[in-house]
Amino acid sequence: MSFLVAFGSLVLAVLEFHGRCVELMALTVRGLLRRPFDGRAIATQVVRVGVEGLPVVLLTAVFTGAVLALQTYTGFQRFHAEAWVGSVVSLSMLRELAPVLTALMVAGRSGSAMAAEIGSMRVTEQIDALVALATDPVQYLFVPRVVAGIIVLPMLVALANGFGIIGGYLVAVRLLGANPVAYGESTFQFLDLNDLWSGLIKAGVFGLLITLIGCQQGFDTKGGAEGVGRSTTAAVVLGSLAILVSDFFLTKVLF
Amino acid sequence: MHEPPEIQLAGLRKSFGPKLVLDGLDLSIARGDSVVVLGKSGAGKSVLLKHLVGLLEPDTGTVAVQGEDLWTAPRSRRDEIRRRFGMSFQEGALFDSMTVGENVAFPLRRHTRMTPAEVRGRVAECLALVRLHGIEERRPAELSGGMRRRVGFARAIALKPEILLLDEPTTGLDPITTDVLTRVIVRMRDTLMPTMVTITHDLKVAFAVAERVALLDGGRIVADLPPREFAASSDPRVAAFVRGDASEELEAAGSEKGSE
Ligand SMILES: Nc1ncnc2c1ncn2[C@@H]1O[C@H](COP(=O)(O)OP(=O)(O)OP(=O)(O)O)[C@@H](O)[C@H]1O
Ligand SMILES: [Mg+2]
Repeated sequence: MSFLVAFGSLVLAVLEFHGRCVELMALTVRGLLRRPFDGRAIATQVVRVGVEGLPVVLLTAVFTGAVLALQTYTGFQRFHAEAWVGSVVSLSMLRELAPVLTALMVAGRSGSAMAAEIGSMRVTEQIDALVALATDPVQYLFVPRVVAGIIVLPMLVALANGFGIIGGYLVAVRLLGANPVAYGESTFQFLDLNDLWSGLIKAGVFGLLITLIGCQQGFDTKGGAEGVGRSTTAAVVLGSLAILVSDFFLTKVLF
Repeated sequence: MHEPPEIQLAGLRKSFGPKLVLDGLDLSIARGDSVVVLGKSGAGKSVLLKHLVGLLEPDTGTVAVQGEDLWTAPRSRRDEIRRRFGMSFQEGALFDSMTVGENVAFPLRRHTRMTPAEVRGRVAECLALVRLHGIEERRPAELSGGMRRRVGFARAIALKPEILLLDEPTTGLDPITTDVLTRVIVRMRDTLMPTMVTITHDLKVAFAVAERVALLDGGRIVADLPPREFAASSDPRVAAFVRGDASEELEAAGSEKGSE
């Protein structure tokens, strides 16, 4: 019985969170369509999320590609399929690993930072001040961040794709002695433009989810410095969950 | 009385969880009037002020600005109404990602077509008014509490608002700066003639600024009188406040500062 109650309240909480995100999403779209359009604020966020996040994203990609090559090589060797290592690395990177891991890194880095920044604005009445200055806080705070997220994530993922493949190549060719030409061929042999697109579309959706959740958690912060801490944590946890759950459904829809 | 009052609060009731803060509050403020709201710490003065500009939505009751109900008006209309307001917050509420200059310039850049030079001029003017010269490039984090409050005041008056809401503009300032700021407020009252609602614990400031003094107690306005009559009132709650303020209010202000 108490299990049912707990489960019920969990479902309610999920629905409520979902409803709140949809509501804020609608307000964000509304804010985007209304004047003033603040291109400079978007650019600032693109730099913060994209440029400053680049090193960690690329490092993640290189090592993911590298370890993927290492693992598949060890496994595939057992049935003499080493020739397909390149294909496995490139396919997994483009379709799955680059989008998801990049998004997780950005959620940890930027989603949390957005929640912390907007959350501390909430608890120090800066958001009230925005409203009192006749400024729509969702337009002012959410729009630049969400737009930047949707723009930047696909760009980061495109670069992560390349760096992941390079990481795999280096390990296979330099470490494991694969033939460079054969490995290169195997990398692109089965790749389809759809693989690239599906990854980039996923990335755009992840960018939206991370930034929207980060902003929402900050915006709905309650209760002082402690509340800001809670929002920051929740932004990462909920952002990561949203990435993983939506990834499944997106993969199902996008093939 | 052919025109509606500038601000009309009717039956305002607001609770946070189980805590009832405003309990059917009525208050009507005519255009150009200057009302000072007194009340014990925690009486709900800041909550009242936030209702005026639509930062808080009442549980029941109405807030009307020039006869227009704030909460039945559509969202965008509400923002238009808010442009008539200038509000300075108890803790300043400065945007800490911006410099002082950018803070004061914020409403100018957002709501006017002033050139950058004009904006700079107006910012310097507003800062000079609160006796802060040449601190445009400083960050809010580098300022003292009193300086932050004064910058917040400068930001609130930048657009020369028709309605000015001041939440404890002088609390925590030294007597000289308090006097300077009181004079600034009085001069603004006499030149721009905004409708003004000021919250303060300082009776001296209250009597200098007010055309009417209102006492908030138990979630309602229990007295609303011209300063002289307020000071002489025989209402026990008013008398207690006027008489007992020195030690009581200093203590309240002191313990509040300590717990921040
Ligand atoms: N956002 C909020 N959530 C919950 N409770 C609140 C909120 N804002 C105010 N309160 C409560 O409402 C009451 C009135 O608060 P308010 O800030 O209006 O007091 P005040 O009269 O301005 O006091 P002071 O003179 O100390 O500034 C307090 O008990 C406070 O705890
Ligand atoms: Mg207050």
